[in-house]
Amino acid sequence: MKLKGMSLYRKRSMLGFFFIGPWLIGFLFLYLTPLLQSIKFSFTKLEIQPEGYSLMGVGWENFRNALFVDASFNRIITSSVWEMIVSVPMILFFSLFSATILNQKFRGRTLTRAIFFLPVILASNAIEAAEKSGLINLIGSATYLEEMQGATSSYNVTSIVYTLLDIGIPLTFADYIVTAILSIYSIITNSGVQILIFLAALQSVPNTMYEVAKMEGATAYESFWKITFPMVSPLILTNIIYTVIDSFSGSPITTLIYSTAFETQNFGLSAAMSWIYTIVVALFLAIIGVVLGKRIHYN
Amino acid sequence: MGKEIAEARYYRKKREQQKLFDLLYVIFRGLLIIGISFIIIYPIIQKIAVAFKDKVDIYNPTIYMVPVNFTWENLTMAMSILDYFPMLGKTLVFVVVTTLCTVASCALAGYGFARFNFPGNGMFFGVVIITILVPTTTLMLPYYLHFKNFDFLGIIGLLTGKPGVNLINTYWPSIITSATAIGLKAGLFIYIFRQFFKGLPKEIEEASFIDGAGGIQTFFRIMLPNAIPPIITVVLFCFVWQYNDTFYTTLFMSGMELMSLKVATLPSQADQFIPVLMGYSHSSGFKADPNHVAMVVDTGILLAILPLLALYLVVQRYFVESIERSGIVG
Repeated sequence: MKLKGMSLYRKRSMLGFFFIGPWLIGFLFLYLTPLLQSIKFSFTKLEIQPEGYSLMGVGWENFRNALFVDASFNRIITSSVWEMIVSVPMILFFSLFSATILNQKFRGRTLTRAIFFLPVILASNAIEAAEKSGLINLIGSATYLEEMQGATSSYNVTSIVYTLLDIGIPLTFADYIVTAILSIYSIITNSGVQILIFLAALQSVPNTMYEVAKMEGATAYESFWKITFPMVSPLILTNIIYTVIDSFSGSPITTLIYSTAFETQNFGLSAAMSWIYTIVVALFLAIIGVVLGKRIHYN
Repeated sequence: MGKEIAEARYYRKKREQQKLFDLLYVIFRGLLIIGISFIIIYPIIQKIAVAFKDKVDIYNPTIYMVPVNFTWENLTMAMSILDYFPMLGKTLVFVVVTTLCTVASCALAGYGFARFNFPGNGMFFGVVIITILVPTTTLMLPYYLHFKNFDFLGIIGLLTGKPGVNLINTYWPSIITSATAIGLKAGLFIYIFRQFFKGLPKEIEEASFIDGAGGIQTFFRIMLPNAIPPIITVVLFCFVWQYNDTFYTTLFMSGMELMSLKVATLPSQADQFIPVLMGYSHSSGFKADPNHVAMVVDTGILLAILPLLALYLVVQRYFVESIERSGIVG
């Protein structure tokens, strides 16, 4: 590749390598190598020696161990994925709803926007860990804490469930609505960035569209579904991806992988677990991408 | 004539109906907003109330928010258990350095991906997206081993024969990863910068080339000053996430004094130190009142989030504005 023989345009393009230089170095040495190493580790039994580590190949043993032998992995991964499936639509719905409200003009709008975005600033796993363990100290046991939380919330739930069933809503819907009510706090806390992105999207819709629609006689409901919703749809995919990624940190499966690695010192098993988790999430995102990709309206 | 009067009456009734609906909507919206804001703000207000509550007031059932006896005691105790001001200083220095490194390397990478058509552009950017999607736990173990015996290209092994430098429990792992744009959520920041730079008109660059500036000069003198919105966005997000991060800090730096680490261990430390501080006894068998410990832990948490709250109050206006103008959307 002779630099002198290339056109000016081509030479300029090569300058691009300078700009992505730091990233490229970091990627090759600090990302790609560890990634391949992680795949290698998942097929071995790893032991830390004073001068490094030693590997002993065990084939698919770790994967078999994770899926069929280990007591908690299957349970935790299914519950994590299920929680993701349940909470992602709720978070999306809530953030679109909040963004629509926050986009209207009313007194105290700046203050309300500041408040709605506050949970992003304060979301810290350290704080959650501190509060949880503080409460455990108070009560004396972790299992009793979970029971207590479950007991107090299920009491309220029963009356609401009966009310909903009386109205005539089928049981599955009532179940879903009640789950939504119980997890209101976690939905509100996890929606900060999504609200921001939706808000920016709503503000990028040109006002003239709404004016024309109003002149032609569209109601507010119609203009929402025919104008706002399609214009905002590309960002629904972005928000889904962001929500799924956000749910990784602090999720029980992350703690399981961490404790398998550093507390039980079973590094190969931990690597296998994390790869199974990665594959599950990738499948999940791919399915969503394919299903939604067709319905997105691009400008 | 009669028909016009009837029409006028009809439209007047319609207008009044509309006004009634509008009023109902405003009330409904107001209630909704107040409700949600309360849910968000309540924990903070509760912590502020607890911070000043004297421990005599814990068992007073008539107190909801405003304590009867005020005291600075909780604050002083929490500050001494956390070793507050020195630790805050160290944490701030660490977070600011990593934020600057991340912004610099991500801006460079974003501009490179946006404006230069080098071979493999699309492929490498696809790789950036993959770095966003892969859960960090997958890389956790190799990172740890990698930094335990850090040996760039085998140079150290060649020169001295030792297996490498042990970088665990120093600030270096985070600084290296942020300077090479691989750190905490760096892929997202590269994406933000790339979207923004793609949205800038090409004419600016062409004008600068005609005026004789090279690629690098164009970047530093023209593109960067125009890139204030995404820079603000990335600085804010990076600062907050790095400050609150527990994943990388427990992995690489569990022995160091950082805010997120100290807060996570606060309850057990408070349990240990409060009897000593209160002067009850020096023996370890004597346990402090759990409610009192909970109060001090809450105060500690409040102290930890106070810098973030202060920063947020100052820059919150820019958050919304900058996301809008940084070009992620539209």
